[in-house]
Amino acid sequence: MNRIFQRPASLLDRPTHFCPGCTHGIAHRLIAEAIDELGIRERTIGIPGVGCCVFLYHYFPIDVLEAPHGRAPACATGMKRAQPDKIIFAYQGDGDMAAIGTSEVIHAANRGENVTVFYINNSVYGMTGGQMAPTTLLGQQTTTSPYGRDFKSEGYPIRMAEMLATLEGVCYSTRVALHTPRHVNQARKAVIKALEMQNAEMGFSVVEMLSTCNTNWRVTPLEAIDMIENEMIPYYPLGVFKERTGKDFL
Amino acid sequence: MPYIVIDSERCKGCYFCVKYCPRNVIRESTMHNKTGYFPAEFIHEQEDRCTGCKTCAIMCPDTAIEVFK
Ligand SMILES: Cc1ncc(C[n+]2csc(CCOP(=O)(O)OP(=O)(O)O)c2C)c(N)n1
Ligand code: SF4
Ligand code: SF4
Repeated sequence: MNRIFQRPASLLDRPTHFCPGCTHGIAHRLIAEAIDELGIRERTIGIPGVGCCVFLYHYFPIDVLEAPHGRAPACATGMKRAQPDKIIFAYQGDGDMAAIGTSEVIHAANRGENVTVFYINNSVYGMTGGQMAPTTLLGQQTTTSPYGRDFKSEGYPIRMAEMLATLEGVCYSTRVALHTPRHVNQARKAVIKALEMQNAEMGFSVVEMLSTCNTNWRVTPLEAIDMIENEMIPYYPLGVFKERTGKDFL
Repeated sequence: MPYIVIDSERCKGCYFCVKYCPRNVIRESTMHNKTGYFPAEFIHEQEDRCTGCKTCAIMCPDTAIEVFK
């Protein structure tokens, strides 16, 4: 009898602080599995944004730098330039990356910084209690859009993966989801591919992951799975928006 | 015979594993754990139905499931 599935070595055996059914936990595990698979633990450095991912250092046996809210891609830039042999990934929520840190991520991507951003889109500000984010769906009720998001006053939900894919410095931009086993397997491949492309010095890679925040969506974990399928994916289509095949210094 | 082991203290009772187990050999426990969650449990009476497909483990956000085959 063999153990065919166990905790990856790069994910420490600690209870997580995430809510029950929060797919941040799956994203953490996928990154840890990718680190193990590529054998890069000794040279990987993580940078969580501010949000529910902020305790990244508590779960990964790697070096971690805490960046101010939204500034993870800027910190990643500096670290990668100082130590180009390291594998640097930022891990940001949608409030972190698509709101307060929009400028940092766009310019890091446009400069083609050779770093990877894992972007958790759960359509709200999770940690602070479910306020509206730029990614909140039209009509979605949050604590700061109690009547539902209205495009007349709050604009439209922002599609970051597509937007970043238009930038020349980006080598890989994809959107995956974490709500079914099939999608988690696809996400796993995307995470590995992004880190591999960084290893091959191909430029900026970003993996957007549609994630649950059942607590702030005010639903059960199983209902949150249905919401990703029925409400998020129709607006945030899954797929690869850009993938370079070779080193390309334009 | 393949089987799974669920760390009932680590489980937070999201029931993703219950939903996605293609053989329906996981259910909600009637006993709560120390944290107060009702964890998922492997249905031992039907354990010969488990195929070791790892679907439950892949979906567990808390990495509370180990699979043996
Ligand atoms: C400069 C600054 N502004 C505001 C905050 C408060 N704050 C903490 S977490 C957070 C939102 C995080 O939301 P998101 O990035 O979507 O991550 P999630 O919690 O949903 O995973 C905010 C606004 C802060 N810590 N620092
Ligand atoms: S508040 Fe939302 S994002 Fe944060 S741990 Fe809970 S479910 Fe996850
Ligand atoms: S998926 Fe994990 S945390 Fe959720 S009920 Fe199953 S064992 Fe528990």
